[in-house]
Amino acid sequence: MNVVVLNEVRKGFYLDSVALMRLSREVAGSPGVIEAALMMGTPSNAAIMRNAGLLEEGSAIKGNDLVIAVKAESEAAAREALDNAIKSLDKPKTQGEAQAAWRPHSIAAAVKARPEINLALISVPGEFAAAEARKALNRGLHVLMFSDNVSLEDELSLKQQARAAGLLMMGPDCGTAVIGGAPLAFANKLTRGRIGIVGASGTGTQEISCLISEAGAGISHAIGVGGRDLKKDIGGITTLMAIDAFDADPETDHVVLISKPPHPDVAKSVLERIGRSRKSYTVCFIGASEVQLPPNARFSPTLKGAAELALGHHQIGADFDANAVASRLPRSGRGGIEGLFAGGTLCAEAQVILAAAGRKVASNAAIPGVLKLGVEPSGGRDRLIDLGDDEYTRGRPHPMIDPSVRDEALRAALKNRDLSVILLDLVLGYGAHADPAEHLAKIAADRGPDAPVLVASVVGTEQDPQGRSAQIRKLEQAGFIVAPSNAQACELAVAIVQNAGR
Amino acid sequence: MTDQDRPQYQQLLARKVEVVNVGLEGFVKDLRDCDIGVVHVDWKPSAGGDPQMAALLAKLGV
Repeated sequence: MNVVVLNEVRKGFYLDSVALMRLSREVAGSPGVIEAALMMGTPSNAAIMRNAGLLEEGSAIKGNDLVIAVKAESEAAAREALDNAIKSLDKPKTQGEAQAAWRPHSIAAAVKARPEINLALISVPGEFAAAEARKALNRGLHVLMFSDNVSLEDELSLKQQARAAGLLMMGPDCGTAVIGGAPLAFANKLTRGRIGIVGASGTGTQEISCLISEAGAGISHAIGVGGRDLKKDIGGITTLMAIDAFDADPETDHVVLISKPPHPDVAKSVLERIGRSRKSYTVCFIGASEVQLPPNARFSPTLKGAAELALGHHQIGADFDANAVASRLPRSGRGGIEGLFAGGTLCAEAQVILAAAGRKVASNAAIPGVLKLGVEPSGGRDRLIDLGDDEYTRGRPHPMIDPSVRDEALRAALKNRDLSVILLDLVLGYGAHADPAEHLAKIAADRGPDAPVLVASVVGTEQDPQGRSAQIRKLEQAGFIVAPSNAQACELAVAIVQNAGR
Repeated sequence: MTDQDRPQYQQLLARKVEVVNVGLEGFVKDLRDCDIGVVHVDWKPSAGGDPQMAALLAKLGV
């Protein structure tokens, strides 16, 4: 087959990654197109396109260039796809967009015109994110940095600068925060209440805050700190400041701290600080064994357990009996579980629960004690995949925004005759896909009669734009079994495979 | 200690959040739907798209 690669480079033209994803999909769907990409020409994106054979020979692009790259079966097909992409880019803006509010060209101009601005939400490509955060801190703004691919050196220096100025630096790679009801990045519409959250884990914070909100209590604020804040290099700078902030907040009675297991030195200083707090704490270091806690704190190894402790031992999903549900299913005689997760912490919680149930587990985002996929043979083990991990999201949006990241793996799992259960999560809320249940239901509709059982949980609230119960209904109509929490979905998966082997 | 004497990060939780959004435009609608003031920056990579130069300029306060 004759393969033709054509590029169009727009100098100094920026579009955000979600807009680029939509256009990429349009172009990739054109007749005769093998592969297509619309990307900003940052060094990391240029490497991705070069490796995929999408760049013309000798192509020199810069970070502020928009690159349209098409690989097609013929020159005519490539040219037509490229022309359509250019037409879409040049399409006049809709009336609504044209009437949109004033748009300054810099943080400085925004703050000058609106001095009441007190927080910068930064989600530009990682290579430029630290520079924008520094500009925001220099102007006295707190920062939530959603962007990832920021160096540890930059993270440390930004957090040190923020601390010296008395400002909060949330992130990099901070997926969620809710400050005074303001949903920052991926966040859910939560009932306001008196439980605060300090989260080094985005989907962990979302699961705990939604379980608490749906149980009838509420969240005062959720402060995201970024996934590396409790590493030795960063020393928990933002976590310690968040604990200070909650100590001073009269609206918060109890605080949940959620993180992957911290470096021991950092854990020590954070737990010492918690011991001096006037508030009570629930500590969830997911994947850690029991830790030495001060008297005002309790430990949970799971997200559901942490939500239950914060709620004063309220049992979440008390009516759900995993063994009873499993016993009503036909026995397949197969034994494997495959978890395909959009949420990294939900994948970690699944590892904790499956390992505790005696399952042999492997994961691309392995917690301590779990086999790392790809390092050693993982045959015969349950595979729990974090599809938000860098290897799946390099150069494309997170599966919470673009659920098609999961499609290929899900289609393969549905045909895998070694599997008894496929375990899935659905994350709702602001920033997330508008109808992830519909997307999953369409993929699942093609499955055969002896496909593995589909077990899911939905992270979200009834007030979320997608509506929790409406999403659950769609999944159930498509034949999924939906558990009240991720932990209970994992327990059901274990019960099903145990039942199948009996 | 009065609220005014506390460092800014301790006051943040008691204040109304007003946001400048730099990057994904979808976040603007979410904030407006929750009645949060937000200004979206019409952002382009600075320093001609050279990340190292952009970082240097930000450090210099440019």
